[in-house]
Amino acid sequence: MATKTKATPQAAIPHGLDRGGLLEMYRLVRLTRSLEEKLENLFRQSKVVGGLFRSLGQEGESVASAFALRRRDDGTGDMLSPLIRNLGSMLTMGATPGEVVRQYMAKGDSPARGKELNIHFTDYRRGFIGQISPLGDLVPVMAGVALTFKQRGEDRVGMVYLGDGATSTGAFHEGINFAAVQKLPLVVIVEANQYAYTTPTRLQTAVKSFVDKAPGYGIAGESVDGNDVLAVYGAAKRAVDRARSGGGVTLVEVVTYRRRGHAQHDNQSYQPPEDIERWAATNDPLDRYLATLTSNGWATADELAKIDAEVDAHLENEIRDAEAGPMPAPESTLDDVYASGPVAAPWTRHEPADPKLA
Amino acid sequence: MPTQTMTRPEHVRLTEEGKPVTLLEAIREGIWEEMERDPSVFLMGEDIGAYGGAFKVTEGMQQAFGQLRVIDTPISEIGFTGAAAGAAHMGMRPVIEMQFIDFISCAYDMITNYVATSRYRGSGPQPIVIRGPSGGYVRGGPFHSQNPEAAFFHTPGLKIVYPSTARDAKGLIKAAIRDDDPVLFFEHKWLYRRPQLREVLPNEDYIVPIGEARVHREGTDLTIVTYAATVHKSQEAAEVLEKEDGLQVEIIDLRTILPLDEDAIIRSVKKTNRLLIVHEDTRTGGIAGEIAMRVSEKAFEWLDAPILRVTALDAPVPYSPPLEDYFLPQTEDIVKAARHLAAY
Repeated sequence: MATKTKATPQAAIPHGLDRGGLLEMYRLVRLTRSLEEKLENLFRQSKVVGGLFRSLGQEGESVASAFALRRRDDGTGDMLSPLIRNLGSMLTMGATPGEVVRQYMAKGDSPARGKELNIHFTDYRRGFIGQISPLGDLVPVMAGVALTFKQRGEDRVGMVYLGDGATSTGAFHEGINFAAVQKLPLVVIVEANQYAYTTPTRLQTAVKSFVDKAPGYGIAGESVDGNDVLAVYGAAKRAVDRARSGGGVTLVEVVTYRRRGHAQHDNQSYQPPEDIERWAATNDPLDRYLATLTSNGWATADELAKIDAEVDAHLENEIRDAEAGPMPAPESTLDDVYASGPVAAPWTRHEPADPKLA
Repeated sequence: MPTQTMTRPEHVRLTEEGKPVTLLEAIREGIWEEMERDPSVFLMGEDIGAYGGAFKVTEGMQQAFGQLRVIDTPISEIGFTGAAAGAAHMGMRPVIEMQFIDFISCAYDMITNYVATSRYRGSGPQPIVIRGPSGGYVRGGPFHSQNPEAAFFHTPGLKIVYPSTARDAKGLIKAAIRDDDPVLFFEHKWLYRRPQLREVLPNEDYIVPIGEARVHREGTDLTIVTYAATVHKSQEAAEVLEKEDGLQVEIIDLRTILPLDEDAIIRSVKKTNRLLIVHEDTRTGGIAGEIAMRVSEKAFEWLDAPILRVTALDAPVPYSPPLEDYFLPQTEDIVKAARHLAAY
């Protein structure tokens, strides 16, 4: 499989990136796509507990935006909070496929130990905080993360993702307004993927573009083609640099399209099939990025094929190990409600009865 | 955290001089001491900075600790509660003020869905204190007099504290700030400046442990389990009952509502064999129901009478004095209920 072919760069690489960075982003986009495909197989085999959420068509913007952050694995880097369709962002920060599969299979050795689902998990060392399902709530939370960076004089940035639907919540408004008046180092990525579950954007907001909301908060805003990996990276990098240099909050609108239903069980009957086909045929982020890399001479088809093969082999191993993991012990249900350990359950104090029975 | 020059206003610390302090001053002292002790403690809320808060609990603190540690926020309870959660993720210990505790409902989602579940979900501890003035007897009307504790009592992951004395208020706010779990800290505004509650507090650094009830008054004939303002209403009732009926009433001040000190309640009921539960919150779904059920499960054989409760009526808090007086538990209501129990 190994090839000696070396690309000969024909065009200057933008945004301060180098060839290594370009190929790493390719690997991460490809990894996201392939991992979700594998998860879909596991879902069909009924091995996934609960729902499966694809980010098909959005992998590129997830990876590229997170790639603009200062990534560390010792808790000193930037922080992001992903949304359900930001598997790519989490993999970029260093989450492993095995962790994701364990989460989806509700394993006892998953990061959330079976207490939380899919990609709702946290790792402060690598720099991500798991979302919760009430949307928009992570905007004020990440404002608080950014507040602490400012309070401590730390040179770090927070990034929060939300879909177009979450921009309608009070939490979005309150969080972004607080971050704006405090001039916090926060980047808000609004992924305009045209639907919030079944609700189209025109029923979500009367603004033409989400970037129009930025002036209302007195913050910077930028809108970008969400299926152009390098364009998203550039916009995210400008926003991150602005935040890091004391320039405050930026709202980055990432215009994209959700090519699958809200979750695997959603038949997308409300989405015109021709829209889905058009975005798949002409605007797939992975296809576009691959073409960009090869047409500019930044990578050869052989190099990219080699990365594809390595991703596949890696996934095979990770999934096999994850499937072998144990389910959580039922008694761990009461762990971690409070700092002191198991929740005080005084009605079970005298006999080890079922805590659900008085 | 930049080092601050601490300029402490004259009125902020009184214990060193052996002067008695009000419940409000006790809370201020407790927060102040924790701010001095731990640079990760900081405050957020509406109008708490230069103005010192609507009730002046945080008076002088912004001058002393700076604008990065005493932060005036927009009117946005979801926003600053969420920001507290994010700061707590980063190792800070935020203390946030609801200007009136009634407005905590605006942040209900953030508190119950986000903060209370964080540790359980694997997102780590949330050492946040959410504090604010609560309660009635002050003619505050529907949105400045509520006791919303029952709405949060049902949420595993939270702790709820509601002191009734200056000593406990200081010891408990300090314990709350040091606690690794999120603590809702209710401050009864009718008790804030009551001269009768002034106390000389210990000079040493002390805390009152969260989760421990206190015997407010010893007695043998019946137990009143209560907390916050109705501790003092119950005390008045107990004095009437002793004088007029010769009854020795035991009063248990819960101090912490969640987790409940079930042992203290059961111990007292086994001693007096009669239980009256008094709280200022409304009746249906109130905490009295849970206490009664636990006693029924654990000490049924010790009861010589049915468990009774005196609570507010099931209505929003009314404004006009005759209405508020009728709505809230009064001393005479407690006397009446206790006599019924004693005679059963």
